[in-house]
Amino acid sequence: MNLQKWTSDTNSGILHLRSPPLSTLLFLIGFPLVVAVILISARGMAARSVVVVFAAIVIAAAALSLVLPRAAFMEASIALPMESIEKGVFVLELALAAFIFYLGIRHTRHFVSLLALLQAGLAVTTQVLYGRTVTVATPLAADKFSLIMAVIVGVVGSLIAVYSVGYMKAYHEHHREFPDRRPLFFFLQFIFLAAMFGIFFSNSLSLLLFFWEVTTLCSFLLIGYNGSTESRAKAYLALTYNLLGGLSFAGAILYLSATTGVVEMDRLVSMQRDLALIPAALLAFAGMTKSAQLPFSSWLLGAMVAPTPVSALLHSSTMVKAGVYLVLRLAPLLRGTLAGTMVALIGGITFLVASLIAISQSDAKRVLAWSTIANLGLIVLCGGIGTYEALWAGILLIIFHAVTKALLFLCVGTYEQKTNTRDIESMTGLIVTMPKLSIMIQVGIAGMFLAPFGMLVSKWAVLRAIVDSNPLLVVFVVFGSSATLFFWVKWMGKLIQVTEVRPADEKGIATRQWIALSTLAALTIALVGFYPVISSQLIEPYVRSLYGMVTTISQGNLIIMSIMLGLVALFPVTFFIYRRKVRVVDAYLGGGNVDSSTRFQGAAGEVKTMEMRNYYLEKIFGERRLLVIGSIACVAVIFVMFGVAL
Amino acid sequence: MSAGETILVALIAIIAAPLVGGLLSGIDRKLSARMQSRWGPPLLQPFYDVAKLFQKETIVVRRSQNFYVYFFFAFMVFTTGLFFTGSDLLLTIFALTLAGIFLVLAAYKASSPYSFLGAERELLLMMAYEPMVLLTAVGMYLVTRSFIVVDVARSSVLLIQTLPGIFVGFVFILLFKLRKSPFDLSVSHHAHQEIVRGLTTEFTGPTLALIEIAHWYETAVVLGIVALFFAAVPWLAAVATAAVFFFLILVDNVFARVKWQLALGSAWIVALALGVGNILVVYFIR
Repeated sequence: MNLQKWTSDTNSGILHLRSPPLSTLLFLIGFPLVVAVILISARGMAARSVVVVFAAIVIAAAALSLVLPRAAFMEASIALPMESIEKGVFVLELALAAFIFYLGIRHTRHFVSLLALLQAGLAVTTQVLYGRTVTVATPLAADKFSLIMAVIVGVVGSLIAVYSVGYMKAYHEHHREFPDRRPLFFFLQFIFLAAMFGIFFSNSLSLLLFFWEVTTLCSFLLIGYNGSTESRAKAYLALTYNLLGGLSFAGAILYLSATTGVVEMDRLVSMQRDLALIPAALLAFAGMTKSAQLPFSSWLLGAMVAPTPVSALLHSSTMVKAGVYLVLRLAPLLRGTLAGTMVALIGGITFLVASLIAISQSDAKRVLAWSTIANLGLIVLCGGIGTYEALWAGILLIIFHAVTKALLFLCVGTYEQKTNTRDIESMTGLIVTMPKLSIMIQVGIAGMFLAPFGMLVSKWAVLRAIVDSNPLLVVFVVFGSSATLFFWVKWMGKLIQVTEVRPADEKGIATRQWIALSTLAALTIALVGFYPVISSQLIEPYVRSLYGMVTTISQGNLIIMSIMLGLVALFPVTFFIYRRKVRVVDAYLGGGNVDSSTRFQGAAGEVKTMEMRNYYLEKIFGERRLLVIGSIACVAVIFVMFGVAL
Repeated sequence: MSAGETILVALIAIIAAPLVGGLLSGIDRKLSARMQSRWGPPLLQPFYDVAKLFQKETIVVRRSQNFYVYFFFAFMVFTTGLFFTGSDLLLTIFALTLAGIFLVLAAYKASSPYSFLGAERELLLMMAYEPMVLLTAVGMYLVTRSFIVVDVARSSVLLIQTLPGIFVGFVFILLFKLRKSPFDLSVSHHAHQEIVRGLTTEFTGPTLALIEIAHWYETAVVLGIVALFFAAVPWLAAVATAAVFFFLILVDNVFARVKWQLALGSAWIVALALGVGNILVVYFIR
């Protein structure tokens, strides 16, 4: 792509500071907490519904207010009475660790208890040894990257919450075997949102770690929501991996306190690189566990046992995005280092292996899960490369992926709610039986990999960023992208294929669910038009502030892509010429059709029914084999990463 | 180029490309016939065929199946315009892929077992050749420092000198792209196709004609990319492109169709060994 580069000397004059009001930041963390408390005490469906919808609107509006009206404001840091905050957080952190310790003992998961204990030990050590000497000037801060993330969580997370209200009602009608603990469900969902805002607005690393651990605990409780043995096992898997990351995070804080005394994000990323490499590697490791990179991918797949909104929440906008957010934050430190190359390599391997595995999956939710892991890998790769081009591409990927993946998850959840299956093979003819849902899934799929939609634009940028820094990594991107194409198109093909005409039936899906779905679908399309604005107003200023340089897509290519979008957008027009004069015949079945396109006369004269099943190529792209290969490779690379960081 | 010039060039390309592509198709049939000791049809036979197809009735299995073909055609025309006006090479490749996906979706939509198998196989082949296509663009970028077709074409470096591996790899996957034997798994112009006409089984009359014309466009674009390897010396570009075209026809007539495992495996091995290998050499030597 034709990238335009600006250096800081031509544009450095634009940094006129205008801070986002502290009150809004605090509100975004505090308000969901209040809502959570209200929801755990609200028993009636009607009351809950009103509270959730109202809260969702307020949160989304507050998050948007951070970016919409004041396009000019830049980084801002806020001074707070930090001593009391630090102390309070420390106490809460220990309480969290104690709770996890207790859970581990109660369910005889001793490793979990051990991890919690170790992490608490690290926190206490840090506090006792360096609590007085190491100070934090700005515990909370928001730059443009934080704001982008906040808007994603505010909008997508809120839509998922709105969707949940209707979905969870149907969920408990279908699954009478599970206890109805909806108040807890919504409580956790809003705590989750609060913690995510906390992560994005924390400048103090220990504060960030605290919110980080809150999301870990929430995800544990949400995955184990229905209380079955299976879901409890998966919940512990998620907890274990995320605690490993938390431990690494706590180790980074201890190391930083002991060596440099810098425990703030903004000061960390502007530090000398050789001093910060070890904590950067430790933090990147934490990010990779949270973002389910190989070999830690299994917790995200296990999370599929939870109700769909949880999957959507974990996968698209929140939990996993916290991991890649952290890795991208570290980009300036990782750039050009061997440790950074290793981080990029892990991302690259994850992208390739996860994309290949997705080919062999026929469970729609698992396809989405593997695709999520793959795309997170791509973002980690961007962070590892760490150049301004890569950072730009990585942030763009986060935005597009959050919206598109949330849409796809909620669509699949809706499909499952209606049909009790999520097998892609069963989706034949969905365009006839559930036309609206089918079109939304198609929008989502197109958004994931087709030109000119967002994810493709980002991949294009990634490719461009790699060839300038490390062409070896190109291998992972080009092969991974090809696999991506294969598994998305064959799914799309299933949706539009019609072998027998059945009546449409989309009843029983709550209006609130439709609202969430159609908003996300509209956003997926609208983002293609809007992202140049998002890029110029938010991403580019952020990247420029770090590197003094920035990249974007040239005017000419934007025009070309607009033309492409225009062409693709013409497709629905064909619905209006649908009843054109053509002769309709049965499909060709070797001349042996028996009154239809699906039944034919076999060699012995018997009537057979034809079936069409997609390729899954399990012998080549089977999950087990590839996962083992990918995991071994990534473990090796992780060791090298720590080795070269030392 | 000014906007007016760009539009003019695009128009010329859009009109000329199918004429060239159709003519090449005629040459293909003539040469193939001679290789098989036949006389072969007149040079202009592909044009006569298409003209006749346009007079035929449109028969479908699913009413909307042809719409996908229209979009396949439209994006192929668009890709041709992009390439010959010298736009971004990667963007051109993405547009080409998008066009290909519309054709696959058309075959899915037709919902017939033969077209369905053709669609699945075509997808598999796309997955097989796509890495090498992208690596070709990356290789050209590494030498010329630009993804813009115009810049690559005007580069004073003879690309083939530094990118021999990528060139060979690209010619190899052209066998896939132009659906030549041994890789004509999804649809074939030979009579010996075990899945009837695969991808295009359920397309008739004018729709089939559009698929054929789109194929001419595609031929023009991919041979254009071949020419880029020799762009520094124009006469060599012409000779080399003709030689590559002849080579493709020769291979088409010599080899029998292979199974998909071999197709996928060979394409990826070629991309890894020749494509990536060449890129690494260029990167580390520079």
